[in-house]
Amino acid sequence: MSELPQELRYLDTHEWVRNEGDGIATIGITDHAQDSLGDVVYVELPEVGRVLSVGEESAVVESVKAASDIYAPVSGEVIAVNEALEDEPETVNNSPYGDGWFYKVRMSDPSELDELLDADGYREVAEES
Amino acid sequence: MGYRTPLYDYHLSLGAKIVDFGGWDMPLHYGSQIDEHHRVRQHAGVFDVSHMGIVDVSGAGARAFLRHLLANDVDRLKEPGKALYSALLNPQGGVIDDLIVYLLEDGSYRLVVNAGNREKDLAWMAARAEDFATTNLEVTIALRADLGILAVQGPEAIALCRQVVPEAAVAIEGLKPFSGTAVGERFIARTGYTGEDGLELMVPNDQLPALWDALLAAGVSPIGLGARDTLRLEAGMNLYGNDMDENTSPLEANLGWTIAWEPVERDFIGRQALEQQRAEGVPTKLVGLVMTERGVLRSHQMVTSDGAANSGEITSGTFSPTLGHAIALARVPVAFGATAQVEIRGKTVPVKLVKPSFVRRGQAVVQPLD
Repeated sequence: MSELPQELRYLDTHEWVRNEGDGIATIGITDHAQDSLGDVVYVELPEVGRVLSVGEESAVVESVKAASDIYAPVSGEVIAVNEALEDEPETVNNSPYGDGWFYKVRMSDPSELDELLDADGYREVAEES
Repeated sequence: MGYRTPLYDYHLSLGAKIVDFGGWDMPLHYGSQIDEHHRVRQHAGVFDVSHMGIVDVSGAGARAFLRHLLANDVDRLKEPGKALYSALLNPQGGVIDDLIVYLLEDGSYRLVVNAGNREKDLAWMAARAEDFATTNLEVTIALRADLGILAVQGPEAIALCRQVVPEAAVAIEGLKPFSGTAVGERFIARTGYTGEDGLELMVPNDQLPALWDALLAAGVSPIGLGARDTLRLEAGMNLYGNDMDENTSPLEANLGWTIAWEPVERDFIGRQALEQQRAEGVPTKLVGLVMTERGVLRSHQMVTSDGAANSGEITSGTFSPTLGHAIALARVPVAFGATAQVEIRGKTVPVKLVKPSFVRRGQAVVQPLD
């Protein structure tokens, strides 16, 4: 399995979160997730301003293979979405931890980050799936 | 572990993602299904389809047996090499399998059947041959597990095959669409499942690796079965198990054209049921759907139409890489008109009903229903 960024936190449903500081977090899907999905053809992102609760369905990613729900790893208000994915959804395949990010939230409870998997914890989950 | 073709290790070494297809470990893609799809539409690609079943039917009774077994009539094969697409039906008119049958030089026949139906078809054919034994005409049914198939498809496919197999170049040049010819131990047919021009090369298993390598060296791209599915769906070709099965009549699977009703005295299996259906009319039809909204149509999504009591269902759906939007095949009540709605993840999205053919020879061919 490919390198997992150590600074990220993960959900067992294959989302990642980056703590950007100042209470802001960026959310995307893992390399393992994009690899399992195959070519991504469409990403449905949440509206800016929507308030997400942890565990809630926050986005949908459709690949040639299937549609998958993306769950909110942390609670908070959506402050930005990656509009570039509308025209270039394949960015999710090409750069899952970089330009292929999904959305950013202002976290309402940053301590939720502590509940998430670290890279080693996620690696175990991903290797089993 | 499933069955493996002689090229299994070659797929692995190319980084293929391997999945189960009808009991076989086969390549889904080698990196990007969409890139592979475009390679076939624009250049040339090769698929290892050695999981498909090649069944030779020979003997003095072969012709009469197949005229009884198949809904299409092998007597339409007027000269050796000609190919015919046919359904294999049960007595209720349900589709056991769909296949291509070739007339070979020596008067015997070669059938190419779906991988997942191979054992079922062989058992069915063996049992029907036993019924048929009362005619005292000999019929031999032989699975050709010694042969594999490479499908080389795309606008550059034929030129590249002539280059890679120079000893067959003249034979390939003379091949008309939907016909084949033997070249030594190989059988080369101008057939496929993509809507592009191209060939299917049936060759002895031990020759597969060298041929595969030579095709790749000539610039033919390896293509997984994922792209094979999007290509065939764009071409409006049915997939057995999705778009039809043993409970589906060919009349409800857009395959009416493959039923040879004439001559009326030909008594093929399923004929009686089909004639009744034709007289009474069938309740559903298989149509194409086009959705230009964002999102992807998927099999089993429900299709509804205002004012219609019954709903329909998508049998195959995908994102069309060539058209850039979702397309599908759907079985809907015959009364459905030009538009309908599909339920996608709780949302109702409008779709257009079209003829079930979306892309041919690289070009969009979407047309409204008659």
